[in-house]
Amino acid sequence: MAIAPPAAMEAPPHAPAMERPEFQIVPRVGLPIVAVVVALLIAAIASNKLWPLEFFHVVGGAGWTVVDLFVGFVVGPIIGRLSIPARVEFTTRFMPKMVLLMPTLVTVTLAAGWQLSTKLGTNQTGYSLHGWVVASFIVVGVMAVIALGLLEPANIAVLTELKKPEPKPEVIEKLMKRFIYTAGATGLMQIATLVIMTKLAAG
Amino acid sequence: MNERRLPPVTQVGMLSLALIVVAVIYLSAHLPQHVPLGPAVGLLAASALLLAGNLAALSRAEGFAWRRFFEVARWALLAYALIAGMIEYVFLRNHTSGGPLLVLTLSLLVFAIHVPVLISFTVARYDDSAPPGQEASG
Repeated sequence: MAIAPPAAMEAPPHAPAMERPEFQIVPRVGLPIVAVVVALLIAAIASNKLWPLEFFHVVGGAGWTVVDLFVGFVVGPIIGRLSIPARVEFTTRFMPKMVLLMPTLVTVTLAAGWQLSTKLGTNQTGYSLHGWVVASFIVVGVMAVIALGLLEPANIAVLTELKKPEPKPEVIEKLMKRFIYTAGATGLMQIATLVIMTKLAAG
Repeated sequence: MNERRLPPVTQVGMLSLALIVVAVIYLSAHLPQHVPLGPAVGLLAASALLLAGNLAALSRAEGFAWRRFFEVARWALLAYALIAGMIEYVFLRNHTSGGPLLVLTLSLLVFAIHVPVLISFTVARYDDSAPPGQEASG
């Protein structure tokens, strides 16, 4: 995997306080946007029309896949090579957005996807590519366990640590390493998602 | 690093979530055929037991930052209750009923509790307000 762990963030015993920009762990400005997206998703599911379901599933899934691949294989290794102040500044601007973005993308993709597959009958055992559909369930399941058990908690914990008056560099280092490695793992799983989804689309 | 000796909450939580995922995939993969619920119920029961065990083990942890834990848990619980509610809505919209609906709903309940526990635990274990101890194992 082309992911480099972050360089050691060793602070001398009497290091000056870490400079951090002001930030919110959950950006409040994004909450109305999430609410609108969820409301539109509910409307799409209630209407059970092909285009809105297809829209939410494809747009949500594309966003989820691209973010996972980009964070796992592009942003992650870059963060690992940044200086400590640059890494802290990047983290305080980037991670809060991930707190809102990823759960929204995942919920939209899965909820619209299940409704779409029910409408099209592709989640039925009689569907010719049923094995591929079940494979997609398995891939999503593995990604969900990794993301919910490791990635999301690390994301929240690193932001909470950075909010403290005297954040500990070694805690941030440990949690960021966990975030980057798990993002890389889900990025790898997303390659399997791309293979399965393009096969399902091609028939 | 000031970590306390804590139970392996993250590992147990991930195992619990994995069991639920297997149960849901098992049920989903057999649609629309009638599927024996036994394996899914067994997986759900094992997952719920792991959740109960996790909470019990954590409640006995000395010096754990409970204030920080609940501070994070209430918001995480709200967020994951909304997500679980969304998924439940999709099940109901598709006329899922009877035993499968019960298993799926209880699975969502375990999911909506266990994920906030994992998030809150990860935050609280690094909290300084509780007395420091030895290296954590969880």
